[in-house]
Amino acid sequence: MPVLRFGFWENRRAALDKEGWAMNENDYILELKDITKEFPGVRALDRVNLRVRRGEVHGLCGENGAGKSTIIKILSGVYPHGTFEGEIVIDGVPQVFGGTTDAERAGVVCIHQELALVNELTVQENIFLGNEPTRMGLIDWNELYRKTKELLDQLDLKIDPTDKVKDLGVGQQQLVEIAKALSKNAKILILDEPTSALTEHEVEILLGIVRKLRQNGVTCIYISHKLNEIYEICDTVSVLRDGQYIGTKPIQELKRDELIYMMVGRKLEMLFPREPHERKELSLEVRNFTVYDALNPNRKRVDGVSLKAYKGEILGISGLIGSGRTELVTAIFGAYPGRKEGEVYIDGVKADIRSPVDAVRMGLALVSEDRKKFGLVLDMSVANNITLSSLDKLAKLLLRSDVEIIYAEKYISQLRIKTASTEVPVKNLSGGNQQKVVIGKWLMTDPKILILDEPTRGIDVGAKTEIYKIMNELVSAGVTVIMVSSELEEILGISDRILVMSEGRIVAELDYREATQEKIMHFATGGH
Amino acid sequence: MRKADIRSFAMIGGLILIWIIFTILTDGTFLSARNISNLIVQMAVVAILGTGMVLVIVTGNIDLSVGSLVGLAGGVAAALMVWEDWGTIPTILFVLALGTVLGMLQGFATVYMGIPAFIVTLGGMMAFRGMLLGITKGISIAPMNNDYKMLGTEYLPPLAGYVLAAIAIAVISYILISRRISRIRHQLPTEPVARLVLKLVIIAGLILAFIIVVNFYKGLPIPVLIMLTIMTILSIVAGNTKLGRYIYAIGGNLQAAKYSGVNVRRVVLSVFTINGLVAAIAGIVLSARLNAGSPAAGMMMELDAIAAAVIGGTSLAGGVGKVYGAILGALIMASLDNGMSMMNLDAFWQYIVKGLILVLAVWFDVSMKKKGG
Repeated sequence: MPVLRFGFWENRRAALDKEGWAMNENDYILELKDITKEFPGVRALDRVNLRVRRGEVHGLCGENGAGKSTIIKILSGVYPHGTFEGEIVIDGVPQVFGGTTDAERAGVVCIHQELALVNELTVQENIFLGNEPTRMGLIDWNELYRKTKELLDQLDLKIDPTDKVKDLGVGQQQLVEIAKALSKNAKILILDEPTSALTEHEVEILLGIVRKLRQNGVTCIYISHKLNEIYEICDTVSVLRDGQYIGTKPIQELKRDELIYMMVGRKLEMLFPREPHERKELSLEVRNFTVYDALNPNRKRVDGVSLKAYKGEILGISGLIGSGRTELVTAIFGAYPGRKEGEVYIDGVKADIRSPVDAVRMGLALVSEDRKKFGLVLDMSVANNITLSSLDKLAKLLLRSDVEIIYAEKYISQLRIKTASTEVPVKNLSGGNQQKVVIGKWLMTDPKILILDEPTRGIDVGAKTEIYKIMNELVSAGVTVIMVSSELEEILGISDRILVMSEGRIVAELDYREATQEKIMHFATGGH
Repeated sequence: MRKADIRSFAMIGGLILIWIIFTILTDGTFLSARNISNLIVQMAVVAILGTGMVLVIVTGNIDLSVGSLVGLAGGVAAALMVWEDWGTIPTILFVLALGTVLGMLQGFATVYMGIPAFIVTLGGMMAFRGMLLGITKGISIAPMNNDYKMLGTEYLPPLAGYVLAAIAIAVISYILISRRISRIRHQLPTEPVARLVLKLVIIAGLILAFIIVVNFYKGLPIPVLIMLTIMTILSIVAGNTKLGRYIYAIGGNLQAAKYSGVNVRRVVLSVFTINGLVAAIAGIVLSARLNAGSPAAGMMMELDAIAAAVIGGTSLAGGVGKVYGAILGALIMASLDNGMSMMNLDAFWQYIVKGLILVLAVWFDVSMKKKGG
């Protein structure tokens, strides 16, 4: 691995000049050819071709599930050679990546959404982790400090190399990640939603650094949902949709509307069984609700939100990842670990919900966004999972297994759950059926208000439609249904009323008849 | 065959193997009625502790304080009876209350103050031992009241033993048969009738054989009766109550349990409280058997209890474990102890072999999990 020296940028720039990087319009540092990646039952990428010019900031856009993460994982060696079809060409040379180390050796370094730093180690230890300068087998601390300082200076970062990472803000940690990437001599730096956890000010600093990297000849692939950032920083934008490559355009030639259309594309399919709903009385009211980040108590995840949900309607909450949707609903449910302020009223009565125990007692139910983490005890049987929140119904002192089976069978048939029996461990079921088990668990509590966070994430189209039908049935039965989703089609196809969140606030309220994907995207990406 | 079944069979097979080896090496003395009776009395205290420990470990916690709590319970009982002339019943009630409160306090520190259970109960282990030394002033307090002593040394009359065995067989048959009927009603897969009958015959045979063997000597020892009672109660708690269901849910996926509206803190607090009570009972049994409150009683017993639970199939990662497993685990360890001392092997061998068995049992679990069978 090459060692950084003084004049690192100058050397690199000179080297790149020698190669004539800026001279040739068609000088592609990276070419992806016919990349196809399949997961069981899903084609995540379908013959994707992507070319990135040397020294540019190349934006990569698409809805959730469009295939951006998959392509990054292929590019950075997380999915090794052989697990996908197609070819990665860097500097004209086809690459075979057996793992991330190979990719890094070829100059491709990825900064993931979730930071990969060791909190208890210092900045310098983190940056050179696994690559420490040594003298006679021992770490050469002076050299380590000097190299780190040099790197941080080049990025104009005022961070002490001996600070512990945990003492830095999230924004600074993100920048340390970049420094770490550069220490590996990155030629192609991939930034995956780098600003999703940052404050506005930190975003500015980060964008400044990306510009500096561009001046110094590093090619960046920049993935973001926030179109403002894309327009501010990128030279070129490529769009993916449903695993397919849609197109690449220089940013100056691409209007915002056009970009959104490329991302959103097609007409609504007949996936969404819309039924006429009639709004009845007010069921849930949230006033002036603010939620602070669990780890960073100064950061507001939800900022003064007020909303009303009525019986007999499906309220859709849309917004990009990180806009505070999940934090809002989990905090209402009493499950979010961070501090919260504001008031919640259920059927006009003030509800003091401090934990999910309170929430369940007051008739709230939350189908959380990650069913494996928050929804199911995977080793337990289907029946045990369905009855977990309503064991009171299975007799007083001793549980009656026959009653339990009757209940389990009721929800298995009502929700059309495909399972060999009530006793199968729930981990053996498919994603869609697992999700139905979670819904069944909540139906058994006879909820007044059912909140579904990304109810159809990771499940196939058939099961999706089934879940929409179930939601319609519940609304007819008088349950208030709130659905959080980042899939625009779903929001448009199912909701009666749509709230759009952006940066912790509700920025728009739309009736489904007036809402379009473009409108929602416009508000969700920070437009006014 | 299901994974849990394979494990039970392996455990029982291991136990039988150990018994065969010792029977051969001791020319049959190992399997004499007298020795079996001794063996099960020896294991009773650790087995009682193990059953409570299973619940704690299934929630994903640990309780290192039970050994000291055993000693403290015995010491307090002795001090009350010998020095303060308390009657047996008040003494027992006081000691049970003491164990319950101390268990609850540790549970409180764990769930409401957020201190890891390992640390809280390590503190408890030291503090309770200190209290015991303070109360006993470092000496053994003896003798206990006569009726108190009976709890550790007496035997159930043979006739009562047979009646008890008959009741146990009847209840188990009723449960298995009614479960089968209910399963058929709900069209769940059932085992063949022949297998059910065979199972019942084996269970009834084992219970009868057990009672006959102990009656051959002096009858069913009271400590073993207490152990079996606690095992039955805790098995019902684990398998047939809300609390039990929540215990497994918390150990299986803490977040999901929380999001499902399970009052996680209250459940874990209850488990520590129960474990404190169970430790006090074990302390009473031990001090009754020793006929003294000794400052060294119960030393290192928490580790034996953990080992019994783990050998019995309880996973330290939480969510998995059966109460009866701890009895089997304790029986395996007690058999090793007993057999090796009968062969006049030095005590150090017992530690070495027990240590190896513990590691082996967990290795077995780990490799089973890897196969995903």
